[in-house]
Amino acid sequence: MTAITDLGLAGLRDGFRAGDFSAREIADAFNGAVAGAKALNAFIIETPDHATAAAEAADRARAAGELLPLSGVPLGIKDLFCTAGHQTTAASHMLGGFTPTYESTVTGKLFAAGAGMLGKLNLDQFAMGSSNETSAYGNVVSPWRRNDGGNAPLAPGGSSGGSSSAIAARIVPAATGTDTGGSIRQPAAFTGIAGIKPTYGRCSRFGIVAFASSLDQAGAMAQDVRDSAILLEAMSGFDPKDSTSLDVAVPKWEANLSSDLKGKKVGIPKEYRVDNMPAEIDALWRQGIEWLRDAGAEIVDVSLPHTRYALPTYYIIAPAEASSNLARYDGVRYGLRDLPEGANLQEMYAATRAAGFGPEVKRRILIGTYVLSAGYYDAYYTKAQKVRALIARDFEEAFRQVDVLLTPTAPSAAFALGEKSADPLEMYLNDVFTVPASLAGVPAMSVPAGLDGQGLPLGLQIIGRPLDEQGVLNAGLAIEQRAGFTAKPQNWWAK
Amino acid sequence: MSVDAATVRKIASLARIAVTDGDVEAMVPELNNILGWIEQLGEVDTDGVAPLAAVIPNHQRLRDDVVTDGNIRDKVLANAPQAEHGFFAVPKVIE
Repeated sequence: MTAITDLGLAGLRDGFRAGDFSAREIADAFNGAVAGAKALNAFIIETPDHATAAAEAADRARAAGELLPLSGVPLGIKDLFCTAGHQTTAASHMLGGFTPTYESTVTGKLFAAGAGMLGKLNLDQFAMGSSNETSAYGNVVSPWRRNDGGNAPLAPGGSSGGSSSAIAARIVPAATGTDTGGSIRQPAAFTGIAGIKPTYGRCSRFGIVAFASSLDQAGAMAQDVRDSAILLEAMSGFDPKDSTSLDVAVPKWEANLSSDLKGKKVGIPKEYRVDNMPAEIDALWRQGIEWLRDAGAEIVDVSLPHTRYALPTYYIIAPAEASSNLARYDGVRYGLRDLPEGANLQEMYAATRAAGFGPEVKRRILIGTYVLSAGYYDAYYTKAQKVRALIARDFEEAFRQVDVLLTPTAPSAAFALGEKSADPLEMYLNDVFTVPASLAGVPAMSVPAGLDGQGLPLGLQIIGRPLDEQGVLNAGLAIEQRAGFTAKPQNWWAK
Repeated sequence: MSVDAATVRKIASLARIAVTDGDVEAMVPELNNILGWIEQLGEVDTDGVAPLAAVIPNHQRLRDDVVTDGNIRDKVLANAPQAEHGFFAVPKVIE
């Protein structure tokens, strides 16, 4: 029999409903797996009591015949989501010990749907990073290792690296993530799991520690496409507390999953064929095209002419919004306060922010402050907003011809921790394929599609029309079924 | 354009982040490198293009002008580094 911790979200839900095991057994199995996987550093805090309490409630609900959509399922929660009564730090020293008195809308929905929480997952500090090397609580380690015998610790991707590492290691069945420029999709690709960023506005941003408000969007990370659909359905929906929340119904994504792509057109954007892309990624992309053709889709070459400007546009807009959003961390209302002897208010702000933010966060705040400052606002910020309009228009025009786009998720497989952290610009280039969809606000997902020569996972990305998460999930399912990705990391971390 | 040490000090001051001489020295080349790379946007012809603010069309919603919460002072102050007499406390601002 398959171990409980190997069953995905759907397997746990259905097995629990069928009476194969109790919710308490599920919670105990995962709490044990989490406690035994400290070597991954995937969690900032563990919350076994929350998972156990939800499991006991689920067992009572089953006995009473009152099952909820996620009854019996424990989840990992990225530590960017405020959870009432449980520390929320955004992996920062600034918010060390911060215990929200309110619940984020997304976690509120998940708990109301019956889910329990195994703990708060580590991430790049304030979600700024692509490798999980900027957390104030130490690097997350990927469960994967290269097959060269060197055992170099690898990056799980970022910023949702605690989520991706924990799912790949099977210490959580599924987890929340957030994606500002690829923070769900790139870590999913690095660790051989599925992850979907829905249309901007699908999931409420209320109670999620803000990074770049016009880009931030919560999403689902899980072992496979079906589990992603189930989790996303439970997370999505209109929220009057978020003025950018979309007042549209949440479709039944899981029930409508279909890998039959007859009549669908899949666009292949030529601008994603970048210089220096490893041959293995190019080959996988070609393989993906064949898989979608096999599923019945027609393949169409398309052009997104402003693709190469997406990354520099992003690195103006995201830091600009971050510098504004992170102004709230000043040592007055919550979080760290550093008050040097005899300091005045201004000096307290400056000392607090110097002590509370890590180097990458400071770097982005300074860039953002610079591009928004008098004299440079139009040259940088307004210019970037205009280029963003052109990038969004590229997608609109492509989606007049095709239903979804297929691209690689990341320009490389997972790199070793420390390998790219010396050069911020080189790190930023890791998001080259994920950032354009973020700027356009369209849904996009990564599905595991193969292994490279070093035995590391590679992902393919599907990008869809606004609000067409179903089209994205369906194309993802078609790839998943044909890729037959079953590789798992060797368990070296368990005690 | 090129960022020098004085500019880094100025933006750090605007951003309310204390910096040491060592910080400034490290940040000058880093910020120049990133800003130099961003300069490539100058190549893009954006004449007549309206800046994009809202990425997915959405309406500004107005709610009824009524109080929807309140009386949660203790919750608001629960995470304050220093709270006194029901207020956030800060160093003296006015002599």
